[in-house]
Amino acid sequence: MSQNKTLPSWRALTSHEVMPEANHDDVARLNVLTHLNYHLGSRVLPGVKQAFEQHVKPAFVAQQQREPETRHEIRQAMLQNGYFQFWSALRRSAMEMRHQTGRIVALRQADALSAQVAALNASAPHSLALDATVQVPANISEVDIHCQPGCYYQEYFEADVTVAASYDVGLFVTTAGLLGGLSDGGGQAIVNWLALQHPDFKPKRILDIGCTIGHNIVPLAQAFPDAEVIAIDVARPCLRYAHARAVALGVSNISFVQANGEDLPQFADESFDLITTAMFWHETSHSAMPNILRTINRLLKPGGLTLHLEQPQYHQMGLYEQFIRDWDTYFNNEPYWGPMHDLDLPAMLSQAGFNAADMFDVGVRAKVDERIFGKREAGESGEDYGRAPVWNAFGLWKKP
Amino acid sequence: MNSNDIDKIELSGTKAKGQRPWFLQDKQTEQVLSIAMALATELAVTRERLATLEAVLQQQHILTADAIEAYRPSSAEVAKRSEAIQQYWAQILRVVQQDKEALSAGDKSMEQLQAELTSR
Ligand SMILES: C[S@@+](CC[C@H](N)C(=O)[O-])C[C@H]1O[C@@H](n2cnc3c(N)ncnc32)[C@H](O)[C@@H]1O
Repeated sequence: MSQNKTLPSWRALTSHEVMPEANHDDVARLNVLTHLNYHLGSRVLPGVKQAFEQHVKPAFVAQQQREPETRHEIRQAMLQNGYFQFWSALRRSAMEMRHQTGRIVALRQADALSAQVAALNASAPHSLALDATVQVPANISEVDIHCQPGCYYQEYFEADVTVAASYDVGLFVTTAGLLGGLSDGGGQAIVNWLALQHPDFKPKRILDIGCTIGHNIVPLAQAFPDAEVIAIDVARPCLRYAHARAVALGVSNISFVQANGEDLPQFADESFDLITTAMFWHETSHSAMPNILRTINRLLKPGGLTLHLEQPQYHQMGLYEQFIRDWDTYFNNEPYWGPMHDLDLPAMLSQAGFNAADMFDVGVRAKVDERIFGKREAGESGEDYGRAPVWNAFGLWKKP
Repeated sequence: MNSNDIDKIELSGTKAKGQRPWFLQDKQTEQVLSIAMALATELAVTRERLATLEAVLQQQHILTADAIEAYRPSSAEVAKRSEAIQQYWAQILRVVQQDKEALSAGDKSMEQLQAELTSR
């Protein structure tokens, strides 16, 4: 990777009707922060590894007469290191600035946005089903995930969509645009993988759990225009925004439903051909995850596929990489990130009633317009761990 | 209902729920670092605006440096600028605002939450 790569402007994002309007200085700020993240990932972060190899590890070994054995030992030792402290302080501050910037843009036009979203939603009233009886589960109500104030669900006034709009604006800043014009690199990766590996698979009914603003389910709905797609989430502002966004993008085969994936009594057994999640499991919990997996098993048709985009499990990597990927667990309000990435996924699937031997693990990557958004590979030097457009997908085909 | 009753400046910089880690040995030093980073961001934004302005001016041959010096904003413009400057300081001092909110937030640490999330 050349260190002086040109990054796209936030303006390269595909405009759609509900995306808040950003003025000259908003765009400049979003771009400056995007470049700050890129600078931190490509030029500052490599120093953290040097600090570990050259200072922290030798000191640990001298004191303990052994190497660190867990990522937690590394973290405890690194927290005393000045370089790590400084990088961490900068990274945390950059994340907070991203959210503040997105929120300024969204809050400034909060009324206009909610009106526009309401109008689009009224134009297709049958594909949005909000349900005030659905409670926000503890895994997201106890903490604002990735330092996003208001998390996914907070409403500051009736029919508010601020948190969703701000998420749509700000995602680019953290990923440096690598998710593509509609931040849908993950969904595109699934479509791409299906087209290459399973060209004959034509799901008729698709369920996406934890859809947020629906950015990654839209490509699947477009790839299978005859399919009935149902996207669920617990967060009302996100669902309102997601639905309006899909309508604005001309996608009419997705129904957005407010529901908790732990129990979906409204859907019949074996009624979906494809059930997906994207970057979802690390925001659940030890109790929610088995419930949701059991629900998936109940809802999936024999012969159907369930596929989940996630970051790779920790057992596949060295301790340093585990430690650096685990930063988000403790320092970016993602308490379940680490525990989830420690889980034995085949065992989880098997407890949920699946045949664990059927599970597969595959690397999938976003297929975005590289002319605009550039290209970055996993494991490339300067990768900002956990933020590259490369995922580990796991899944299984349910035996007919 | 609309957003009239909410304080958008305060809300744009509001603290995320969850105890904030402080990395530097001295918390105030880290707050100052955070302020410096926000300032640096705003300076870069301003530079970009000036670059745009210069480009536009050059393209259109309509303004000179004199005209800028002689310009006096109207009272409506003064009011607009005042609002922008209030947002500006709130942005720069976000870290202090969030620390204020933390005083009464009763946040749990990630370790506590992790224990809860993994025991349930
Ligand atoms: C990290 S986001 C998922 C991002 C999105 N799928 C994507 O493609 O990037 C997690 C989402 O799951 C939702 N969520 C969390 N627990 C849930 C549950 N039990 N049932 C349904 N949605 C849930 C949250 O509200 C949030 O919108």
